Amino acid sequence: MTPKRKKRLMLVLFVVFGGVAAVSLVIFALNQNISLFYSPTQIASGEAPANTRIRAGGMVVEGSVKRSPDSLKVEFALTDFAQNVTVVYEGILPDLFREGQGIVAQGALDDQGVFNAVEVLAKHDEKYMPPEVTDALNKAGVDEKGNALKTESTQGAY
Amino acid sequence: MIAELGQYALILGLVMATFLAIIPMYGASTGNVFWMSFAKPLAKSLFLFLLISMLCLVYAFATDDFSVEYVAGNSNSALPIYFKLSAVWGGHEGSLLLWVFILTCWIFAVAVKSDGLPLDISARVLSVLGMVAVGFASFTLITSSPFERLLINTPVEGADLNPLLQDIGLIIHPPLLYMGYVGFSVAFAFAIAALLSGKLDVAWSRWTRPWTNVSWAFLTIGITLGSWWAYYELGWGGWWFWDPVENASFMPWLAGTALVHSLAVTEKRGLFKSWTLLLAIFTFSLSLLGTFLVRSGVLTSVHSFAADPERGLYILVLLAITVGGSMLLYAIRAYDMKSESDFELCSRETLLLINNLVLVTICAMILIGTLYPLLIDAMGAGKISVGPPYFNALFVPFSLILCFFMAIGVSLRWKKSSVSALVKQLLPSLIISVILGVVAAYLYNEQMTLKATIALVLSFWVLISLGLDVYSKVKNSSVKILAVKKMPISYWSMQLAHLGVVVSLVGVALVATYSQERDIRMQVGDSIEMEGYRFEFKGVEKRQGPNYTSDTGTLVVYKGDNFFAKMHPEKRFYPARGTVMTEADIDAGAFLDIFVALGEPLADGAWAVRLQYKPFIRWIWLGGLMMMFAGLLSAFDKRYKRRDKQRSTSTPVASLA
Repeated sequence: MTPKRKKRLMLVLFVVFGGVAAVSLVIFALNQNISLFYSPTQIASGEAPANTRIRAGGMVVEGSVKRSPDSLKVEFALTDFAQNVTVVYEGILPDLFREGQGIVAQGALDDQGVFNAVEVLAKHDEKYMPPEVTDALNKAGVDEKGNALKTESTQGAY
Repeated sequence: MIAELGQYALILGLVMATFLAIIPMYGASTGNVFWMSFAKPLAKSLFLFLLISMLCLVYAFATDDFSVEYVAGNSNSALPIYFKLSAVWGGHEGSLLLWVFILTCWIFAVAVKSDGLPLDISARVLSVLGMVAVGFASFTLITSSPFERLLINTPVEGADLNPLLQDIGLIIHPPLLYMGYVGFSVAFAFAIAALLSGKLDVAWSRWTRPWTNVSWAFLTIGITLGSWWAYYELGWGGWWFWDPVENASFMPWLAGTALVHSLAVTEKRGLFKSWTLLLAIFTFSLSLLGTFLVRSGVLTSVHSFAADPERGLYILVLLAITVGGSMLLYAIRAYDMKSESDFELCSRETLLLINNLVLVTICAMILIGTLYPLLIDAMGAGKISVGPPYFNALFVPFSLILCFFMAIGVSLRWKKSSVSALVKQLLPSLIISVILGVVAAYLYNEQMTLKATIALVLSFWVLISLGLDVYSKVKNSSVKILAVKKMPISYWSMQLAHLGVVVSLVGVALVATYSQERDIRMQVGDSIEMEGYRFEFKGVEKRQGPNYTSDTGTLVVYKGDNFFAKMHPEKRFYPARGTVMTEADIDAGAFLDIFVALGEPLADGAWAVRLQYKPFIRWIWLGGLMMMFAGLLSAFDKRYKRRDKQRSTSTPVASLA
């Protein structure tokens, strides 16, 4: 091999090995760190796996927020107006968390079907609805106030 | 009346942009000097009309003209005047207008500064910029004009600016970020002009470099400010969330950093030409992608605004045309870009190639992580999200690799270095930096962690290399000070930028490893100890602000037994929108931040309180600041001023920078 080809081979090898390493890292890290979204209906029907990091979202049920008297534990229910799921969280809730608001929580279901949240997502804008929640509500055939949607699209969607 | 004037000015701006996109381009392709000479006057008038349009919107905000829908939705008569003015870009419509306005500022700057350029190049560059302006001005006009009126039911009072945005950070963060985003359109236009003319010589790189460096500097400071703003304003003390919108600004930054380095090789050595062009196209495409991600609302993000699918589609089409068109042009013409020289494996060129590969790899990984949820959703396979652990797992090792090679890169010479001399120079500094790094990590905290130690070792490694490089440049001259003074500005800006990376690296490593956070319930009189600091909660009282009421807490912090600080975190209520906001109180220091925020009121007068201990967090932003100055400084290098006299003569200006 001429020195020039040798050099080129070195470069190509470097790129190939680097590329393979990078791609495998990406795949590995992606598999470790993605979390699927489940609506309250899906959780109630047992579709969501227990003890796996997932996200759950819906509207916070009016009057369901209960705080523990001596710690930062808080419990509330999320609904898509078809089913409810109980969420337990310890920590400070975001400013825009309110009853009747659409939120997304990150965490895991325990064996009793209670969702232990490690993070409740905050939003910049109070008009904003997380797209997942809108989608979950559409699937349950209601709008964000719980009124039935008039459109036919809910039937054909799935 | 004024709002209509703004709308007309915007329409006229669109007309000017359309002319600019067509006439000089046609002139350049047929060699017609008359048509080409239209470029500059058209560019200047485009700027003028957008300036008028922008001023009209500013006027509408300043005079509380709530018959304009956008003003009514984003302002309020009780707002202080500086927030009224910054509310101009507080919502979707206004920030788009700002985007277009800043684009025309760049166009104007290119038109004014391009006297030394060959006429066909400047005509093409301005024309390509005109095309971009057509895309975005029409987007603003068709889908999101800020001048729409509410003539029936004109509100008496505005809905107020989102309280999170009532802050100095919002006044300056978006314009600077946009300066960076949009600035890359200049590099893009130069790349397209080079592809069209088939000419890419030293003069081209000299022309493109300062523009690229300056936009890179703006993007750097924009991102830095965004991180700083998120830290003190969002109330949870984080400084980087790997949020899709943060990623959207970080990806063009990474590609832009690669471009800055690749342009250096293209200028100095006439190499990597087609790669440089590709990077210029990528960088601007990523800027557009960022705009799409932010403006379309397809992603769950803290930046998401209530979204309109039509807008997303429009930007997606713009993106497709830009990427598709420029890649097609690239495929046809890039083959003509021949390298002018060759280089050995052990040379600065190789190291810069590695730099580019690593940066592009990081960028690709972030792109995958950001777009993967969209892809899965589009395929109907469910809604997923990719969390920060993914990004950290990939970003941390690759950025450390980048720093490792950075130290070698700055010590190498162009074209060819001797391997044995390199080893002889680097081995001692490697050993010294390992010792210093480990000692520093131990002294800082006896429970050493691997990541922080590696980061500190690498920081010393780069620092020593930078220092040795300066030393090697001056050691042979008799008057050292004179030799230091003689070095070009671009050399010092390179040093400063790399130093900035080190400073940020130290900050990131230490704050990520050693910060402490506690969210707890506190009753009046309660106190809690954290990292040698004792926090005593004195209670909360009501206060009245200009357009809000607040619960102001008082905490007294003691370091050991001594008084350290009295802190007043606030929980504000803004009646205009009915929103509640956390205003953290931060005791900022060069080596340590103490961060205190109020959560929510609990039973019996107790409050949820968030306490954080953040060592070295300021260093992250200090590094960003240094990088920004470096980028701006480099544009003042002498050789960019003399370019008109020595166009296309390839004078290798020493082998310094």
